[in-house]
Amino acid sequence: MAAIQTNQLVKTFNAGKVSAVNGISLTVEAGELFGIIGPDGAGKTTLFRLLTTLLKPDSGSATIDGLDMVKDYKQIRSRVGYMPGRFSLYPDLTVIENLSFYASVFGTTIQQKYELIKDIYCRLEPFADRKAGKLSGGMKQKLALCCALIHAPSVLFLDEPTTGVDPSSRREFWDMLAKLKTHGITILVSTAYMDEASRCNRLAMMNNGRFIGIGTPQTIVNEFDKTLLAIRGDEMYRLLNDVRNIEGIEECYTFGDVHHIRLQKDTNLKMTDIEQILVHQYHHTNVKMEPCQPTMEDCFMNASKKER
Amino acid sequence: MENVIEVQNLVKKFGNFTAVDNISFEVHKGEIFGFLGANGAGKTTAMRMLCGLSYPTSGSGIVAGFDIRTQAEQVKRQIGYMSQRFSLYEDLTVLDNIELFGGIYGVSKREIAERSEQLLEKLQFTSEKNKRVKDLPQGWKQKLAFSVAVFHRPQIVFLDEPTGGVDPTTRRQFWEMILETAHNGITVFVTTHYMDEAEYCHRVSMMVDGHIEALDSPQNLKLKYHAASMGEVFDLIARGAKRSD
Repeated sequence: MAAIQTNQLVKTFNAGKVSAVNGISLTVEAGELFGIIGPDGAGKTTLFRLLTTLLKPDSGSATIDGLDMVKDYKQIRSRVGYMPGRFSLYPDLTVIENLSFYASVFGTTIQQKYELIKDIYCRLEPFADRKAGKLSGGMKQKLALCCALIHAPSVLFLDEPTTGVDPSSRREFWDMLAKLKTHGITILVSTAYMDEASRCNRLAMMNNGRFIGIGTPQTIVNEFDKTLLAIRGDEMYRLLNDVRNIEGIEECYTFGDVHHIRLQKDTNLKMTDIEQILVHQYHHTNVKMEPCQPTMEDCFMNASKKER
Repeated sequence: MENVIEVQNLVKKFGNFTAVDNISFEVHKGEIFGFLGANGAGKTTAMRMLCGLSYPTSGSGIVAGFDIRTQAEQVKRQIGYMSQRFSLYEDLTVLDNIELFGGIYGVSKREIAERSEQLLEKLQFTSEKNKRVKDLPQGWKQKLAFSVAVFHRPQIVFLDEPTGGVDPTTRRQFWEMILETAHNGITVFVTTHYMDEAEYCHRVSMMVDGHIEALDSPQNLKLKYHAASMGEVFDLIARGAKRSD
């Protein structure tokens, strides 16, 4: 049985004027680490609030562990763990008080479920008596994760757990998730950082309330259907605008210390042609170009371009 | 080379805790300077001192020609500031925001009228000028927030994680605005958690436990740390941190 199954979920706000979730169909297998990747405003949070039974859909349906999101919402709530994007623990309670409180709400104790949170909680333990509101960002995040896990949920929903977190701490957080997966927990996690995609078993790219791509990180990259080039030269800013004037180029954009060029699908333009134009017509120097592998960001930009 | 920021032995303590631990550096005019570090490394505290919002415990700093200890008010007039968290008033219209911030920074009414027309045209926002900011897509808000932060033509603009949560296309359009701004002589001082963005900077500093552990061009840092990307450089340097976040 799938852990999460949705069929054409729709949720609108402002009397139907804003469609936050616009026909999402999704199957997540038990034990999967599934990512929802998309920018702010894509509809990720609304989708999470629907699946955790905090919102009712306008239309469509969903089951969590085979339970209906509308009819069986009470049972679903005892089975899922939810870490919202905004810190929502009690700032005036200490670390240990927050954790005990969440355990008691679910009719359990910290001791009973300690095994599951042990690896994460041991980092927090030195601050057990500190008020949650006084913790640093990284510590708040760890406490929120512990509280979401304390009743040993079968499905865990993490809404942008790494937003605003530095790159090293983000990696550490994903290591924790990989460990949790070994306990058999299904994890649905959203992020705006595209480079985190590779840490998921499967993922969906979300934009404007819809999925614009879904698959394993590898299949999404394999589906990139155009030629992608990396280019550099002595004057990078001028290069960007000049490349855009060349016929046959769909898009050119900055990418770290190079620019990426995506060719139109049906063009006959070759690397040597581009170089000729840039050197002779635009007088660029030290132009170097090579084909490159698309990253998740390249895939997202390509997919969202198609959508427009 | 002309410097717009000169910092010497800057220290900020909160009780027993040394948030910024004796940092010294310079930022050149027209430079894009990346100010990197892990959460809790002291970036925000350092930035607040440079903006004249926090008084240093010891050490000195000159920003845009003024002393951050004795001339904080003058410093504030010479700089622009934008962060992801706060930048514009959501309940005011596009034009209201431009006029409000322009007025606060002492741009004359006539100048505001002229410049805002140019700005709206450049951003292709003219037909949206009477829309409330909260009704704009996120990407537009950020472009507008940046434009407002440089509207009074400051010598330096401070950007505190300006691109969090934005889609990749908008993020790049945003960086093109930054590149253009620097090209026009405004110095850009920026913090970010996106390591590809660190590559766009002319020079980058890495803060660890309150002090500056490394400062160089991205290219030199990659060479020095035998790393393929700034992400790897970040990992190698941040790993030495004692202070946990």
